[in-house]
This record gives sequence, C-alpha cells and structure tokens, in this order.
Amino acid sequence: MVSGRMLPLKMLRDLWHLRGQALAIALVIAAGLSTWILSLSTMRSLDNTMDAYYSAQRFGDVFAEAVRVPSSVIERIREIEGVATVQARTRLPGRAELEGFPDSITVVAHSLPDNGRAAVNRLYLQRGAMPSADAREAVVSEAFAEAHGLVPGDTLALILRGREIRVTVTGMASNPEYIYQIAPGALFPDHLRYAVLWMRNRQLEPLADMRGAFNSLSLRLAGGANEKHVIAAVDDLLTPYGGVGAYAREDQMSHLYLTEEMRQLENTARIFPLIFLGVAVFLLAVVIGRMVRQQREEIATLKAFGYSNAVIGLHYFLLVVVIVAIGGVIGIIGGAELGKGLANMYADYFRFPYLYYSLGTSVVASGILLTLAAALAGTWHNLRAAWRLTPAEAMRPEPPERYHRSGLERFALFHRIGQTTRMILRHLERRRLKSLLTILGLATSVSILMVGNFQGDAVDHMITVQYGLASREDVTVTFDQPRGPDAILELKRLDGIHEAVPYRAAAARISHGHRSIRTGIQAWDDHQRLHRALDADLRSITLPKQGLLLSEYHAAELGVMAGDRVSVELLEGRRPVFETTVAAVVREYVGASSYMHIETLNALLFEPGRASGAWLATDALLDAKIDAHLRELPAVAGVNRSEEALQSFRETMNELVIVFAFVNTLLAGVIAFGVIYNSARLALSERERELASLRVLGYTRSEVAWILNGELVLLAVLALPVGFGFGYALCWLIATRMTSELYTIPLVLEGSTYVFAAAIAAAALLVSLLIVRRQTYRLDLVGVLKTRE
Amino acid sequence: MPETVFSARDLAKIYQVGDTEIAALRGVSVDLASGEFVVLLGASGSGKSTFLNILGGLDTATRGEVWYRDHLLTDATEAELTDYRRNHVGFVFQFYNLMPSLTARENVEIVTEIAADPMSPGDALDIVGLGSRRDHFPAQLSGGEQQRVAIARAIAKRPAVLLCDEPTGALDSKTGIVVLEALERANRETGATTVVITHNAAIANMADRVIHLSDGQIASEARPEHRVAPAELSW
Repeated sequence: MVSGRMLPLKMLRDLWHLRGQALAIALVIAAGLSTWILSLSTMRSLDNTMDAYYSAQRFGDVFAEAVRVPSSVIERIREIEGVATVQARTRLPGRAELEGFPDSITVVAHSLPDNGRAAVNRLYLQRGAMPSADAREAVVSEAFAEAHGLVPGDTLALILRGREIRVTVTGMASNPEYIYQIAPGALFPDHLRYAVLWMRNRQLEPLADMRGAFNSLSLRLAGGANEKHVIAAVDDLLTPYGGVGAYAREDQMSHLYLTEEMRQLENTARIFPLIFLGVAVFLLAVVIGRMVRQQREEIATLKAFGYSNAVIGLHYFLLVVVIVAIGGVIGIIGGAELGKGLANMYADYFRFPYLYYSLGTSVVASGILLTLAAALAGTWHNLRAAWRLTPAEAMRPEPPERYHRSGLERFALFHRIGQTTRMILRHLERRRLKSLLTILGLATSVSILMVGNFQGDAVDHMITVQYGLASREDVTVTFDQPRGPDAILELKRLDGIHEAVPYRAAAARISHGHRSIRTGIQAWDDHQRLHRALDADLRSITLPKQGLLLSEYHAAELGVMAGDRVSVELLEGRRPVFETTVAAVVREYVGASSYMHIETLNALLFEPGRASGAWLATDALLDAKIDAHLRELPAVAGVNRSEEALQSFRETMNELVIVFAFVNTLLAGVIAFGVIYNSARLALSERERELASLRVLGYTRSEVAWILNGELVLLAVLALPVGFGFGYALCWLIATRMTSELYTIPLVLEGSTYVFAAAIAAAALLVSLLIVRRQTYRLDLVGVLKTRE
Repeated sequence: MPETVFSARDLAKIYQVGDTEIAALRGVSVDLASGEFVVLLGASGSGKSTFLNILGGLDTATRGEVWYRDHLLTDATEAELTDYRRNHVGFVFQFYNLMPSLTARENVEIVTEIAADPMSPGDALDIVGLGSRRDHFPAQLSGGEQQRVAIARAIAKRPAVLLCDEPTGALDSKTGIVVLEALERANRETGATTVVITHNAAIANMADRVIHLSDGQIASEARPEHRVAPAELSW
C-alpha cells in the first residue's frame, strides 16, 4: 500500500505541525479510555476479589438467628435437602471498654468451634494467632484493631449479659460476614466504636448461657439446591425456638452493602468514558476536516503524480491512528495505574484483606475497539472527502465562503454593534454546526464538573435531612432484648438525659402481589419531636394507629402507593401475618425501613409496652457521665452516638468524594481545554488571512485578538446554561442509578457547584485564549498581502 | 512645490535565511511628494515589495531612515506603526483581502470605525463607482468589484498615502483598467500620495513618476511628459 518514505514523512510533519491540537485530542481520548479501563477493571477486580475471598473463607449461603435452639436440631437442619455444610454458633451482642478510650464500644461476639476452623464463614487471620479454648482470648475484627492500634497481647473489658470479663486479644481477622461492618442501629460504619469479636465456644457458651444450644446459624448449600425451600425448612425448624426468619446471602447485611455499592459503580462505569469518547469524535472531526480542506492542493498534487486514492486515504487515516495510539497508550497506562489505585481504595473501604487486581484483556480490548470506532466515526467523513477529491477539482482553490446576513440582524440592536463583532456573529452563524458542537463539548465539560461536586452536595443534604430533621436524637440505645417500660424509666432517671423515646424494631417480610421484600419495621409513638418520619416535602408525618409507612425505595420496589394494601409477616415471636394499608410513603436518604405506631406493632407481637431500645436527647456537657451510667445498665447492649457516627462517616466519604471530585475536575478540565483550544486553533487557521489583513489595516493586536477571543467567549457564555442543563440531567441520571436500599441520593445542587463548574471552564478558556493570543501576535502581515486563500 | 510626504535615506533591508544573508534593499533614497502618483516597476525580487512594506509600516529596515512627514518610521514602536497604518496609510492588495463575512459597505466601515477623520463609507464607494453594490457580500462580487471595494476601503480613512501592491495582478486587462480608473480618481479626489507597485510596464504611463527598482537599488527614475488616462492603456 504505502510505499516509499515521503508520505510517512509528510504524515509525521503534519502531525508535528498539528502537535498542540493532536495532543489535546490525544488527552481527551486518553481520558475516555482510562476512565473505561479504570471503571471496568476496578469492578472486575472487586468482583474477582469478592468471589475469591468468599469461596476461600466459605461464606454462607443462608443465615438464621433464633433465641435459643437445642444442639439436637443441628442434625435435622443437616438433613434438609440441599444443605451442604452447617455451622451453628453462639452470637452475643454486648459492649466493650478499652483503656484510654472514653466512649462505649458496641461488640458482637461469635463462638468458634473449640478445635480447628469454622465450617462456614471462616476467619481470615491477618495478624497474630487464633484464640485458645482454655483461656479468655479473642480475635477481633481488623478494622477495629486498626482504628485503635491494637496488637496481639492487648486486653479489653467485655460486658456480655451484664457480666464483665477481661479478654486478651490474640489476633486480628476479617470475615466475609463482616466485610462491611455496621453496628446494629447505626447508619454508617464506625470502626472506633464497633467491634466484631470471635472466641472459642468453650469460653463464650457459658457467658451466653448457651450450653448445649446455639442462637445463630450459617449454611452452605450444595450445588443445585433450592434456596427458598431451604429457608422455609430452616424457618420451620427454628420458629419454635424464637427464630426470626432465615435469610439468603443477598439479604445479608455486609453482602448487601457490598453488592449495592458495586452495583452503583457498575451503573455509572460506562457513562463517563462514553462522554469523553463522544467529545473526541467531535474534536477529530473538526481538526482532521480542517486539515483535509487546507491540504486540498497537496492532495491534488499527489494524486496528479499518480498516488492512488487508497494511499491518500490511508495517509490521513494513519495520522488519525497515530493520534489515537498516543491517547491509547496514555489511556491504558493511566487507566491501569488509576484503576489499581481506585481498586485498592475500594478494597480498603470495603475492608477486603487482599485485592486481586487484574486489568483484564477484554477490558483493554473493548476499550481499544471503542476508541478506534470513535476515531473512525469522527474522521470517516473527512477521510472519504480526501479519497474522493479529483485532482482537477482540488487544484482549484476552495470556493469563497458565502456569508449572509445573520438572523440576528433583524434586531435593531445589531445595527449598533461594530464591524468586528458583526464578523464574530456572522462567522458563528455561518459555522453553525461547528459552533453548536463547540457549545456541546464545553457544556459536557461543565456538566462533568458539576457531577464532581454534586456528590458532596448530595451527602451534605442527606446528612442535614437525616440528622437535622428525621433522627434528631443524640444517642441511640439498643437493649439486649425487648424490654418493658421500666427500662425506659431507668434511662429517664439518669442525669443529663432530657428525653428518652422508646422504639420497637422487628424484621418483616412485606409483599404485594408477587413482589416481596425483607425489611425492618421501626415503631414509635408520635408524642415527641426527637425522631420522625418525613414526607417528600420533608414535613413530618404523623404515625397512624392503623397502617404502615413505607420508604420511597420499598414502595417503588413493591410497586405500591399510599392507600394500597400490602401483606406483612413479622419475622419474630409468633410471626403474625396480616394485611394492612400503606398509610404514607416516607422520604428517606439513608437506609430504607418501614414504620408503624409502636402500640400497633407491640399488639401484633402480643408484647404490649415493649421497646427494642430508646432514642435519647442528652446534655452534651455530661456525655462522659451518661456513658458511664449507660454502661452500668444491664439492659443496654449498644450505645450509638449520632455525632460520632457522622464524624467517621464523613471521614470515609470525604476521602472518596475528594478523590472522585479531583479526578473529575482533572478530566473535565482536559475536555474543556481540548475543546476550546482546538476551536481557537481552528478559528485562527481559518481566519489567519482575515486577521492579518485587519492588522495591516491598522487594527491593534488586542483588537484582532478580540475577534477570535470574542467568538470563544461568546460560545463559552452560551455553553454555560446548556452545561448547567446537561449537568442537572447527568446528576439526575447518577442519582437515579446510585439509589439503592442503602442510600437514596437526593438531586441537590448547591449554587457553589454551578459557580465552581463555571470557574473551571473559565480557567480552561483563559489558558486557551492566552496560548492562541500569542499566536495571533505572530501573524505574518507581509505574507498575507501576497497569498490568496 | 508640493510638500514632501515620504523621505527615505539609504534604506537597506537584509534578510537572514539560514546562514546566508539576502539583501532585499541596498541603499534606496527617494522623496515622495503629496498627491503624487508613483509607479514602482521592477522584476520579481527587485525589492519593490520590501520597499512598500517598509513605507507602510509593515516591515522594519535594517539600515537607513524613512521619514513620514515629521515621524521617523524606522524608529517607531509596534504600537506607533499600528497607529500610523490606522490613520495615515491606505492599502490595496493583489488579492483584495476583504472580510468575506462583511458586505461591501461594512468592509469599508471596518476601517472608518477606527480611523480618526474618515469620509462616509457611501462616499468612498461612490468614488470607486460601487454605490449600488454596497450591500453585497464579497462572494457576490466580481474580482474587479472586489478590488474596487478594497480601494474604497483604503481611501475612506482619507489617508495621506495609498499603497497598492499589484492591484491589477489578479485581474484581466479590461477589469484592471476599471480598477486603475478608480485608483486614479481616488488619487485625484483625495490628494493621497499613491504608490503602485507592478511589473506591468504599461501602467507606468498613467504615473507622475516612474521608479525602476533592480536588485534592491533604484535603477532609473522618470517623469513622463504627460499622464495617460487609464482608459487609453492596454496590455
């Protein structure tokens, strides 16, 4: 095909001549390809890691909790068809105290078999050794150990069922059940104040009064087992012993969080790369198009010398390939590096003990194919034009540009503006498509900039609503088991507690038609202002004595609205099943629950006057004292301080949000610069002669620069509102796609987000203008007199 | 005796091309009077364009002086040269260099907008006989018409000097004569010193003075007995 040295040489020189624009395009391509590789390889790696970890640690398929089940039942569970492995154990919530740490720590202790490893949900020991069955020893969750800097040999005080014992920490471990660790009653992970702990059965059994019994069960299923049947069979066996409903892995808390977060990642993974590649298509189209037009005579000359259409077409195609290849190499290397970083960050965030990062041939290959397709889409038209041009036609210069009076001139104002401004407007209107594409490209960049800050805005709004309007308690106390009014009275008597509001919580299965969800029902009394449910306008909803309140997320899942009937099965006590009306739909940003009046729920459970815990309003000055008092109460199993939980949540989120916002800003900046710089360069090359003529006629440098700059500034100004609109739509798309059972992302965009996006776009504009301005200063005034266009 | 508008003394211009020096002008001295119509003849590379560019404030000299009235152009800053071009010089180019996005009238206005004491764009177009085509865009005008718009644009600022670089170079002879007529009329009605460079010797017959440049120096200078009207020229 291409023979000889001259055409490749011409290509390299053309490329060198275009280097600024080529680099800008290559960077946009790199951004597209790297986000593609980054997102997909991160997802893939997390998926692989999760699978590998789950299978190595024998993560359970079905889980169940009960009050106290005799060990003899284990054999019958084993006999259920489809059950492969059974691990029964003791699971005991409690508290811990750590020397030098003033706050109360919520603990969940689990028993391990006295010898060897558990059959299901094995520990992954990251440091130290397994505990002995003959000593008060425990392995603690590594997240907790890390938060406190614990090392093997350290001790902590455990308060279980009102008894305090001192245990020695022998090691730190992670476990597939607790990859995402969140304390009961808490909304966010708080590794300082929540610990998961494992002790040998012989040590834990007596403390829990579980000799010859168990209260927690994990199963692994055989291949081809029917999960639903197994769950039903387990429920049948455990109900007499206070079973609260077996559930599948997909409802397991940690797994649910993990998969939801990964689903969010997956849902947004392809949005950004496609936007970047779209912009690259546009940039290639205008730059290569201009080049082919400018080189008409060269093309004709080459063809007149006998170069074939194919060779000429290939020549320009190779130029595109080289630009794409530069972008591709940067994109693949950058994507792999960033992907490794992001996957590691996520692995830390999810607390996987290790990460199997793999770039994935298919991820890279699909990225390259996508990029090439984008490049071809952008340049096909121009390559064909070079291909088709006949020598005779090309030897003639391009016909002079035809201008018309622009539509704007119907307005009287137009007649008052100067000739240079008139030139700008007519030029923009003449190049309508190019102007439109420039506006769209810039608007895209503005919209991506908005997404970067949107996440912060949304999180702020979620926190304000959750803690400022809905859950206004300072402390959430969880009882070890449902308690009567005495427990609340006891709380109220403590110094520094202004208010104690009892709540009842129960797990439930709610169904409507063939749709069914498993959720928690929270119940309270409305005669207080501490804890409320909110409607879509964030107004407080009165809890009716009859009926059920559903979160928006659950209502959508079940396909119901206020007024519809649903069927509810409470998964506790006598497991009552009843029909009720959806009284209202609740707006909830963090978590998704259902709500009832406490008297109604207690009546359904045949346990009047009981509470699962209480919300407290406390005197901040007496916090330490209150904590000390709460510790003394045997009924109190867990204490969560909203402020502290919030603090640690913000820390976790901030890291992710800041990294995300930074990467976003960088990428959007690349787009903005790529679009503006290319537009400016194109405008300069198209109008070099015109501008130089004006200089000769006595226009100053800045007056001439204005013609170019004014055009770009005008386009940028027009792009802003479009970008704001795109940004709003993009944030809506992301909010919708990221909404899950765990979070409902509100579409909140602060004024500062708009200002930030506009400011970064303006900065990119300024940099491009300064570069191009230097080039307008170097216009060849003498040359322009002699050359014709 | 008419006022001297330009005075060049020992003007030289040396271009550095790689390692070699090319002398485009080697010591040109000449005075141009107000209202004078001068034709500058010379072959390609004789230095006539370089000379014109220095007069027009587009290029700088390597050596020597050029005075425009009491301004020393060879000492002027970039900003001073821009101001000089804006208010005192009218350019007419071989390829017209009109703004394609502006109509004939607007192409004139683009100069009158920034000049200190311009005539009305309509008057300028009338002088070149294009009053009726004022609202046409360049793409709607013939080459000769475009060049006449360029002349109108050049004279509209009432320049002291009209510099024309091969004004008929891209036109056939019939159209070229119409353009020369416009130029002659502009020279007569505005009193601007007019310098036309060309390699078309026939045009010399309409000049007050003909200067012949060769190899960067003035080879000869002549004042024709009587000026011939453009209509009587032929080539």
